[in-house]
Amino acid sequence: MTTAALQTHTDRKNAQVGGLAIFGALAMLGLGYAAVPLYDLFCSVTGFGGTTQVASEADANRAAAAGTNREISIRFDASTARDVPWTFRPSQSTDTIRIGHRDIATYVARNNSSQPITGTATFNVEPAQAGIYFNKIQCFCFTEQTLQPGQEVNMPVLYYVDPAILEDDVIGDIEQITLSYTFHRAKEPVSSALDRSQ
Amino acid sequence: MATTAEGFDAPTAGHGGDHDHADHKPGFFARWFMSTNHKDIGTLYLIFAIIAGIIGGAISGIMRMELMEPGIQYLFWWAGASEGDIAAAGHMWNVFITAHGLIMVFFMVMPAMIGGFGNWFVPLMIGAPDMAFPRMNNISFWLTVVGFLSLLFSMFVPGSANGLGAGVGWTVYAPLSTTYAPGPSVDFAIFSLHLAGAGSILGATNFITTIFNMRAPGMTLHKMPLFVWSVLVTAFLLLLALPVLAAAITMLLTDRNFGTTFFDPAGGGDPVLYQHLFWFFGHPEVYIMILPGFGMVSQIVATFSRKPVFGYLAMAYAMVAIGVVGFVVWAHHMYTVGLDVNTKMYFTAATMVIAVPTGVKIFSWIATMWGGSIEFKSPMIWALGFIFLFTVGGVTGVVLANGGIDDNLHDTYYVVAHFHYVLSMGAVFSLFAGFYYWFPKMSGRMHSELLSHLHFWVFFIGVNVIFFPQHFLGMNGMPRRYPDFPEQFAFWNQVSSIGYMIMAASMLIFFANLAYAYIWGRKAENNPWGEGATTLEWTLTSPPPFHQFETLPVIEDHHDYHDHRPATA
Repeated sequence: MTTAALQTHTDRKNAQVGGLAIFGALAMLGLGYAAVPLYDLFCSVTGFGGTTQVASEADANRAAAAGTNREISIRFDASTARDVPWTFRPSQSTDTIRIGHRDIATYVARNNSSQPITGTATFNVEPAQAGIYFNKIQCFCFTEQTLQPGQEVNMPVLYYVDPAILEDDVIGDIEQITLSYTFHRAKEPVSSALDRSQ
Repeated sequence: MATTAEGFDAPTAGHGGDHDHADHKPGFFARWFMSTNHKDIGTLYLIFAIIAGIIGGAISGIMRMELMEPGIQYLFWWAGASEGDIAAAGHMWNVFITAHGLIMVFFMVMPAMIGGFGNWFVPLMIGAPDMAFPRMNNISFWLTVVGFLSLLFSMFVPGSANGLGAGVGWTVYAPLSTTYAPGPSVDFAIFSLHLAGAGSILGATNFITTIFNMRAPGMTLHKMPLFVWSVLVTAFLLLLALPVLAAAITMLLTDRNFGTTFFDPAGGGDPVLYQHLFWFFGHPEVYIMILPGFGMVSQIVATFSRKPVFGYLAMAYAMVAIGVVGFVVWAHHMYTVGLDVNTKMYFTAATMVIAVPTGVKIFSWIATMWGGSIEFKSPMIWALGFIFLFTVGGVTGVVLANGGIDDNLHDTYYVVAHFHYVLSMGAVFSLFAGFYYWFPKMSGRMHSELLSHLHFWVFFIGVNVIFFPQHFLGMNGMPRRYPDFPEQFAFWNQVSSIGYMIMAASMLIFFANLAYAYIWGRKAENNPWGEGATTLEWTLTSPPPFHQFETLPVIEDHHDYHDHRPATA
């Protein structure tokens, strides 16, 4: 090979290796973004971080059939983000239910401001390991809630605790699960968010 | 690289006759501002790192001054706020810790280790004429500079309601960096990370290509000097970790400015996800900062023991192992976010596994010295300081790796002491070791051994007085990231601040040494360190010609893992 040919050959090889390296970097950038849906999926499938489960009527009936008379206490917790001028509290602070059997709990929310406000509730349970066993059939947290000025509403949540919890090595013998909600202001559309920041 | 040697009858000795045009340099502006020469770019990176280090170090001086006594002494003045405006003082403090952290990580240690010594010595050590993509090398450097300017600029534009600057910590956690920092300052800080990150990714691409494609004939991967191995592993870490940071901070940017809710629970996001993404980058990042130091210390210990490094292959693959395992331990930075006990157990165990390859390296350095003909020249004494202090930092790291203990020590000064022992001492001692090792080669002048030793001892005492008491403060519960503390912590904080003054004095000795070398320093020989220095850079003149290895050196196979010189040189 002549020196010039050798040079071209080296340049081509360099472009190959360099291209591969850049491709690897771009792939990692893509993975960074892919982490967002993957993390959501991971949390909802494993109940990681106290993520509760969503159950259908059929699931609930099946759980009730396998249900036991073991009782467990549920504690209810409520809070609001700083910029939500609502009073938000559970109607009952605790409730004792039978594992596997459905129960209904209600929260009360009141809009103390003079404007209609749309809120959306985030939720989890403590201990976090109970998330996978805590099933909601219906919940006010599934949708956004709009409250008119001064309006007060009762918000129901229909739930049960999966009997499979009794077989869990770590939390099979717990006596209480805390169910917690926080109301945030529902995110406004992009244009008005920009207006607010100016 | 057999292809390079094919049909290319490279002489095995004597480059003397080949350098007729080797020293033809472009004019000043073209040479330094449009540079494509790996040695010039390396020099630029080193000068840049020294300037950034002075700024970052001065900021830590302000911090130690404030922490010398309980109460708020100076922050009101710095914030330009009225006496008693605690919110403004606290914000100013956050701006200082943010700037100190980001400057030291991205604009001092990384540019010096990878951009500076990596650029200078990787091509020389593998017998290459330059980097694979010289123009991209230039882009990498200037991106880093502009990134630094963007970070400095961020300190002078509105940050939060409490004042100017980005007071978000080097971790830039949401929602502190989103909801609670509406001003443009954080955008500039994020942009700074984008620029520096892009520069580093391009640099990493360049190193990988150079090391894979441009080694001299006969220089197989298993004959490469360990410094080159360390830069290769570091480049892979950069390439895989930095894009994840880029993704995370881009999401922050859109959360801040365009109404997305990646990290905002109100829109279905999760701030903990940001922490996962950040530390998936952040943990490899700490190895990015220390691995090239491992490489330099390996060269230096071997040189001044006049022995081949003990366990060459184990040393190389220990770095690979540290790099690989470094990607699966990130959540040990977030034990307190509510991980369950099994997750903590995994991350504790995985983290402790890293102590094994690290131990292999520590013991191999000691075994290299064992029975060697040791000379305590300036680079060697810094390398020894590195081994000792890095081990201390490693031991407190094993303590913190325990999920249970970390619940107690998380975000205390114990953590601050730990990571300054591995960085402010580990990384910085290896940087000074490398600097004194290669300064004669880079400049062609000898520095003063006396001043180097003096620099070492004053610096050694200074940093230990700063950081050792911080273990006590942390164990007693002093939280990090606060400008004020109760009376009970006053004594050790005062000691720590006195340590800073000692350390600052040692830096004066360092700069005096540089001045000495350029004014009175005698001319450096090709190899000032004697027969222990066996890598290719010592076969060249000091400083090396502007273009080197126009005919490639050929490394013959004589199964010696240490001697990297051409057989007959």
